[in-house]
Amino acid sequence: MSQPLISLSKINKAFAGVRALQDVSLEIYPKEVRCLAGENGSGKSTLIKIIAGVYARDSGSIVINGKTYERLTPMDSIREGIQIIYQDFSLFPNLTVAENIAMNYQLAKEGPLVNWREIRELAQRAVKLIDLDIDIYEKVGNLSVAEKQLVAIARALLYDAKLIIMDEPTTSLTNREVQTLFGIINDLRAKGISILFVSHKLNEVFQISDTITILRNGRKVFDGAVAELDRESLEYYMTGRHIDKSDIYVKKIEGEKPLLTVENLSAEGRFKNISFSLYPGEILGIAGLLGSGRNELAHALFGLRPADSGTIRIGEEQVVMDSVQTAMRHGIAFVPEDRLTQGLLLEQTIANNINICTIDQLTDSRGWIDEERAAEQVEQWIGQLKIQVASPENPAKSLSGGNQQRIVIAKWLATKPKVLILSGPTVGVDVGSKEAIHKILRDLARSGMGIILISDDIPEITANCSRILLMRSGEIVAEYQAGQLSEDELSDILLAS
Amino acid sequence: MGFSQRLFRKHEFYLVLTIAILSVIIGLINNAFFTVGNLFSLIRSCIVTGIFALGVHMVIVSGDIDVSFMAIATFSMYVTGRFLINNPQYADNLFLAFAMSAVIGMCLGALNAWFISTFKLPTFVVTLGTQNVYRGFLLAFIGTRLITTLPKCMLDLSRSNLVSVRQGRILYSLPNTIWFLVVLTIITWLIMRYTKLGRGIYAIGGDPVAAERVGFNIARIRLFMYTYVGFLAGIAGIIHASMIRIGNPFDLVGQELNVIAAVILGGTKITGGEGSVLGTLLGVFLLTMITNSLILMGISSYWQRVAIGLILIASIAVTTYRERRGVTKAYA
Repeated sequence: MSQPLISLSKINKAFAGVRALQDVSLEIYPKEVRCLAGENGSGKSTLIKIIAGVYARDSGSIVINGKTYERLTPMDSIREGIQIIYQDFSLFPNLTVAENIAMNYQLAKEGPLVNWREIRELAQRAVKLIDLDIDIYEKVGNLSVAEKQLVAIARALLYDAKLIIMDEPTTSLTNREVQTLFGIINDLRAKGISILFVSHKLNEVFQISDTITILRNGRKVFDGAVAELDRESLEYYMTGRHIDKSDIYVKKIEGEKPLLTVENLSAEGRFKNISFSLYPGEILGIAGLLGSGRNELAHALFGLRPADSGTIRIGEEQVVMDSVQTAMRHGIAFVPEDRLTQGLLLEQTIANNINICTIDQLTDSRGWIDEERAAEQVEQWIGQLKIQVASPENPAKSLSGGNQQRIVIAKWLATKPKVLILSGPTVGVDVGSKEAIHKILRDLARSGMGIILISDDIPEITANCSRILLMRSGEIVAEYQAGQLSEDELSDILLAS
Repeated sequence: MGFSQRLFRKHEFYLVLTIAILSVIIGLINNAFFTVGNLFSLIRSCIVTGIFALGVHMVIVSGDIDVSFMAIATFSMYVTGRFLINNPQYADNLFLAFAMSAVIGMCLGALNAWFISTFKLPTFVVTLGTQNVYRGFLLAFIGTRLITTLPKCMLDLSRSNLVSVRQGRILYSLPNTIWFLVVLTIITWLIMRYTKLGRGIYAIGGDPVAAERVGFNIARIRLFMYTYVGFLAGIAGIIHASMIRIGNPFDLVGQELNVIAAVILGGTKITGGEGSVLGTLLGVFLLTMITNSLILMGISSYWQRVAIGLILIASIAVTTYRERRGVTKAYA
């Protein structure tokens, strides 16, 4: 075998006494697509930042292209051809595609000036490398998430990348976009570039990687070919426990009255002729690609952007869903697709986040907040949803993805909703927390709540939904009962559209 | 995208349009508006605001805000003025006046940057604080007396005109200080457009975390930026004093918002990342034109403040609305 591109051995790193990495070793060879897996807090990000030169290791050795580095700086790392595509892509929304792509290049140049002709030429060359069809003078802020990612990849390639590290690259992509990305990763491999792919989506790990390194609590627990693993063993390595895969969630409707009835709901350019009922105890899945109108439908049901025509009934009562306040008054809760920007006040305390939707109920006649009841409510939900917090007074941003998502769910459950709508509730959440969230949803449904679950995560839909609606181009095109579809079948149906 | 489509997306286009339409309206109400004399006095009023606005533009593009520049200008101007009066052998030296004032301004600006970078404090709070510190220090330790007779070089500057036009019995002139605005505008434009530093300022305004990852040294860019603002303030202070022919230590502070309003009116986004030097100058011109015309139409100067406020809100509303439409389009 040839010489490894990068070789880390026995890396240790601690932050304020907490050991983030213990004796972790990692080797990546040319043309290798390696997956780095692990739950949140397992040390993946720390390891990446050490490779990038952002963090200095406490002990251990780093050899890149045969050269031993005592102290690796970000500049060294870049010079050795290591490029990181962060989850947020590190793009400048206010600048053009061209300038974003050429930014690193211009910065690394001698002298104080930038050269606009060179920027244009570099950008044109970069987009050609991955056959990206895009106006290089468009502002990056106007691009879709998938396009932004491609711009980030084009930028990395321009730097003669030998190793591209992608930090959870598929988090905000639809299935089809993920397939496009995988196609590009395969092309890159053919060009001799190695990829370190950080992910906790199991099906992606199996589809794209050759080898895998799994971290748990800062230690390496597995290193080898992906072929040696199956889904179960992978989950075991990541979580350290065997996850209870209880059966598919089934709910038979026996004479109950629907909680929510939607008839011929239409909205110009968003969705049309949507009719369905939601019964107590159901988890109703809505599957469909991004742009199928599924999120737009959820927004209309929650009064964010009302529909143009059609009727919505809550129980027997017909409701004009014209605002979020109306929706909340009728017992509808909505956990949005992007918890960071839409679901949480990141700088605020955990306690405030949990109480925010019920602030009216927590105030007394004078309009003051009843601190005691507020604290009780916080305690209740932290306990009930098993949210791991050091203190409820810490800011919400201090929590891991899984715990943040539980807070978003908690604040809505505090409103005692009858209908809970969730969009991508486990995006960016690790396997253990994901199972926990699914269990919470099932328990809620069993207690009589009606749940609408919108998700890109196919196993999530097939395992948890008692009924699945398939949306395409703004319409409901098919309905399936629990167990009627396997993951692969649903995946094929979605990709075929 | 065609040329016209690009044009319609430019904020500057709408500014020019607004200026043109307003000129016609004001001209119809009062035909004194379309006189060379009025144009000269308009441009004259733009010079000092314009120089301040160049610096404020830069700071706002980076996502920061500076409210101390007026205090810096007054401080630098007053200290320089007193020095020249106390040392009459230098009273003739205009270059020294500008150099000294600019250097003092740069030091105070650098001090702003130091506070912001060292203590990682919000820039508004820091500059609000230093505004008071600079002003208080000036009044407490250096003096509160007006300089009623400026040093000779500054008086000479106030009388030096590029062109003069006689209308009736009044002589209108375009002062030579306009060159300062012209040259500083070009320098600022070159910095913002063609240097790594300038692009770094835009980058920080777009996404500071990403800017750091790419390798911009944010502390160094800040240091440059605030020093440059101090430099501009020092120069503007001298020009301002010579144009009103008095060195007033109580002057300017309190008028920061007029400049900030002009910059925002010029299309610089208050949250950073967007804006242009051309837009900034058009913003200054538009705002000056409106306030001057209110005087011309005989409306009380108190109403100017109401007008400035309303214009500011309207301008931001229009920009935000256009942006939102842009976003919806990107979805489709």
